[in-house]
Amino acid sequence: MVYSDKVIDHYENPRNVGSLDKEAEDVGTGIVGAPECGDVMKLQIQVEDGVIKDAKFKTFGCGSAIASSSLATEWLKGRTVEEATEIRNVDIVEELALPPVKIHCSVLAEDAIKQALADYQNKQGDEPVSTEE
Amino acid sequence: MEQDMQIYLDYQATTPVDPRVLEAMMPWFTQSFGNAASRNHAFGWEAEKAVDQARKTLGAAIGASGREIVFTSGATESNNIAILGVARMYAPKGKHVITCSTEHKAVLDPMHALENEGWELTVLGVDEQGHINLDELRSAIREDTTLVSIMHGNNEIGTLHPIGEIGAICREKGVLFHTDATQSLGKEDINVQDMNIDLLSGSAHKMYGPKGVGMLYVRRRNPRVRIAPVMHGGGHERGMRSGTLNVPGIVGFAKAMELCLEDREGEQAKIAAIRNRLQERLSSSLSHVHVNGDENNRLACSLNISFEFVEGESMLMGMHGIAVSSGSACTSASLEPSYVLRALGVGDELAHSSIRFSVGRFTTEEEVDRAADLTISTVKKLREMSPLYEMAMEGIDLSTVKWSGH
Repeated sequence: MVYSDKVIDHYENPRNVGSLDKEAEDVGTGIVGAPECGDVMKLQIQVEDGVIKDAKFKTFGCGSAIASSSLATEWLKGRTVEEATEIRNVDIVEELALPPVKIHCSVLAEDAIKQALADYQNKQGDEPVSTEE
Repeated sequence: MEQDMQIYLDYQATTPVDPRVLEAMMPWFTQSFGNAASRNHAFGWEAEKAVDQARKTLGAAIGASGREIVFTSGATESNNIAILGVARMYAPKGKHVITCSTEHKAVLDPMHALENEGWELTVLGVDEQGHINLDELRSAIREDTTLVSIMHGNNEIGTLHPIGEIGAICREKGVLFHTDATQSLGKEDINVQDMNIDLLSGSAHKMYGPKGVGMLYVRRRNPRVRIAPVMHGGGHERGMRSGTLNVPGIVGFAKAMELCLEDREGEQAKIAAIRNRLQERLSSSLSHVHVNGDENNRLACSLNISFEFVEGESMLMGMHGIAVSSGSACTSASLEPSYVLRALGVGDELAHSSIRFSVGRFTTEEEVDRAADLTISTVKKLREMSPLYEMAMEGIDLSTVKWSGH
């Protein structure tokens, strides 16, 4: 597999690897994928006044899966919860120049973002922010 | 490719041509270039003589006569001729064939092709170490069974099937026995008489010979095996495989065999020691590693190992300059994890986490030490990044987690 420089950069220097306290009220956690499928992503956000202050990830998967989740955390930081729902897998594909066989990695990252946001909103007792266009 | 920096640990995929092999081949390209089938001039006679000498060398290496060796383009072709050729020739006797689930695709695919043409196929399963159950084999053989094909050394996990015992069962039951010995030829002790082997496939490029040349042993006596040709044409190789012989390749194949047999046991012991050094380094420095296959009965070159909680392709990305293979889905053309590892029943996640290291004649201790260091640091780095490792360290049993899948 020949990867783009951006994928290699995220793999070599992953941004925001780590974990936040999944029990905390201001933290939303998304875990998607399955070990037997070869990829599992955990993505977490910490929200303050409606703005994502911190984001962390841990990923079991190929280089594209690691890069997709690393990029997602970079994009999430500083966005409002509302704005975070606008991140689409196609944007990740474009930014990382993922080949067609790796598009599922970007889909997984988008799913992880959605799940983390939903978990956060659930904890707040909010209605989930609509992700419809 | 900056080859100086590269460490080649993929000898089960292919081997470099030994310089002594190349030297033996050279005159057969430009000076002695005759067609071995040219019966009426010196160029042809010279080539034919060289081919016959190579036949004798390769035959003797497995306890056969030179006249029982058919030259092919490689083991894939040998397997196809053996399976399709025997099945079609013996169709009047019966249309049932037997193989096992961890065979190379070059055996499984012609078997499935027969199935599509109306044959019945039994695919024997394997245990966690990759062994078939011999009683199961015995009871799978029926009145209408014509061929059993079970490989010798497995190309992914290195497990060696007891082909002598399998041969004895087939002989007793009166069915032909083919073995794909691509990985073991020139390395393991093989004797077609003692082991009751009727057909055997081999390839030069797995044993320091050139690519593009292989052989098929076809028994001539007790019983005489007959084959319906797959390749039709000029009637070369006693009608079993038409096509002009690859004389330089055949000369190189025989030279490669001579070199392998010079000190076969000594060389294999040395290769096993280097493999064991690598395995020992990896298992002593990392937790949660699993050696796949049969540790006590495998090819000397082979180490298939799964590093739990990390994915194979991401490991390969970190192991710059180390040439190895992975059973991960992401590294295969089919995007499926290795069917061989899945057949062991050890779980798909271990297939995704597997790396196949294979060492050989030119591998040094220094090379495996460097490879081990880089593997260890890559696994550690990726485990720090792995949610599965984190969960396991928290004491969560991953098999009880309900995953979302995708």
